[in-house]
Amino acid sequence: MSVPTTTSPVRGMSANRPPSRHKRQFRGAIQKTGAYLLLTVVALIFVAPIGYMLIGSFKPTEQVLGGLGGFVPRDLTLDNYIGMFARFTSDATGQFSDFYSTSLIVSIVVVTGGLLVNSMAAYSLARLRWRGRDNVLLMVVALVILPFEAIAVPLFYLLNDHRNTYYVQFMPFIASAFSIYLFYSFFVGLPKEMEEAARIDGAGPWRTFFLIIVPVSKPVFATVTILSFLTSWGSFLWPVMMVDQPQRRPLPLQIAVFQGQPPTDWGEIFAFGVLMVLPVLIVFLLFQRWFVQSFASSGMKG
Amino acid sequence: MSAPTLRSSGPVAGSEPPTAKRGTALGLRRDTRAGWLMIAPAAVGLILFVVVPFVLAGWLSLHNVRLDSPNPPSWFGLEQYRRVLLDPDFSGEFYRALANNLTFTVVVVPLQTALALALALLLNRALRGMTIFRAFFFVPVVFPMALVAVVWKVIYSRSDLGMLNAVIDAISFGQIGAHDWLGDPRTALLSIIVMSVWQGVGLQMVIILAGLQGLDPNLYEAAALDRAGPWRQFVNVTLPGLRNTLVFVIMTTTILAFRLFDQVYIMTQGGPQQSTTTVMYQAVTTAFGANNVGRAAAITVLFFVLVLVATMLQRRLLREERAVS
Repeated sequence: MSVPTTTSPVRGMSANRPPSRHKRQFRGAIQKTGAYLLLTVVALIFVAPIGYMLIGSFKPTEQVLGGLGGFVPRDLTLDNYIGMFARFTSDATGQFSDFYSTSLIVSIVVVTGGLLVNSMAAYSLARLRWRGRDNVLLMVVALVILPFEAIAVPLFYLLNDHRNTYYVQFMPFIASAFSIYLFYSFFVGLPKEMEEAARIDGAGPWRTFFLIIVPVSKPVFATVTILSFLTSWGSFLWPVMMVDQPQRRPLPLQIAVFQGQPPTDWGEIFAFGVLMVLPVLIVFLLFQRWFVQSFASSGMKG
Repeated sequence: MSAPTLRSSGPVAGSEPPTAKRGTALGLRRDTRAGWLMIAPAAVGLILFVVVPFVLAGWLSLHNVRLDSPNPPSWFGLEQYRRVLLDPDFSGEFYRALANNLTFTVVVVPLQTALALALALLLNRALRGMTIFRAFFFVPVVFPMALVAVVWKVIYSRSDLGMLNAVIDAISFGQIGAHDWLGDPRTALLSIIVMSVWQGVGLQMVIILAGLQGLDPNLYEAAALDRAGPWRQFVNVTLPGLRNTLVFVIMTTTILAFRLFDQVYIMTQGGPQQSTTTVMYQAVTTAFGANNVGRAAAITVLFFVLVLVATMLQRRLLREERAVS
């Protein structure tokens, strides 16, 4: 929001005359510099906590809580990473690889299973004709607004005998009304001509879907992959309710447990945090445009 | 999601030339079978893990169900609701949680939306490097909330070596001393609010940015011809054009605010003096700490009613917009 243009001091002099080209250029340059300056300051505030974590993970642990010195990359060492791995070596603590593989297994099953199951359901709702379809569609739309929190307690009551398993962590999240809705909105907007050509050639609904529709639907598959992976990777409430055995804790639950266990070693906790977010961060930096588009498109359908 | 798109998929049997009739009937039968098979896995999943628990929530809330008790659930009528809403022994905590959720909402929604709008407007220019800035503002969104909460817990550390205290000390030239941000009931919720805005604003920003880029440039040209300055253009062109986007952003943020849990669980456990407890945090502690599944279910049913009201409000606001335009 650049206000300077409206409060130009030379207004009285150049009344009723458009500002000269030279003046406009000058004004534009000032605006541009101001915008960059403002953006830089805000960007620094935004990355400061992340930089603090990253630098802190390489600093001697007693310097992490060290005031502004926490931002100064001095005396860097890998001790926090070594110490953190050394903490998780027994069955009582769980291995670091346990937490990682739990998060990976759960996220991979939720994402891949969800892509298959939800895209098929959406195609069926968008393009195939069967009795009761309109009612099913209405129900799916109604389920989109139901947040997981509203059913967490009864779900926990139902599945209490299956605590500390992998499947209890991924099963409830494969079928997703929200993913179906995203796929549905995309499929409905596809032109029908390609499908009709395939159908005339004798391809059934299955072949049409997998060979014609899926290949042209990469954007929506990318969107659902990104959104469901991030949700699953960061999932916290459900593991809090269903997991108490260290070997089955996903990363977010483990970092919460870790930071609550004395003696608190912030350097090691930050090292854990860096390793927890690193793969997501790398993929984000590589496919930044896709990430942003995914979130933007998920929001545009109100 | 409009009705016409539903009806127009595939040719209607009667309108086809006679020769195609057999083929269509066959296609219809094939469609029905494939249609059912394709939706079956998702339907089973949604019924088992969403519809059944949802119905069960209502059932549990009308019963006395305890995890630590060998007795089977017994009919309790509306007693759980009466306790949560009216019994002074329990209702105080619930209303405190509700008030915290509302405070969180009333502060976060305008703050986050305004900030997201400001950032989106800054980024919506044809200047070099905007993608990089966009990435900077967006990157907290890909962080798991649990990790964000842990890092900020250190930032809010009460010692004068805590990062926030050190920054404030430097800015104020030592005039303002160290403060226990999460330990003081007056600042605990505020601290969680600031952190949540930091984590979430990038998401709203890209949604608004997409909305801005969908605006018609001709409108700005027309406004400029009418000698409308930047502020008039913003009020008369940008804001009305973004109306639906903003309603969406505001409503999703409101619902997110009601779902507040992770941060509270990790940073404050609802304290100090219940200053950060929330409806969801209370539901979880009632189910686990007190082993009272019935009462926890009643709380989540009330939570759902809140979300439903917010959503219906959104639908109404959007429909009014359609009626106007």
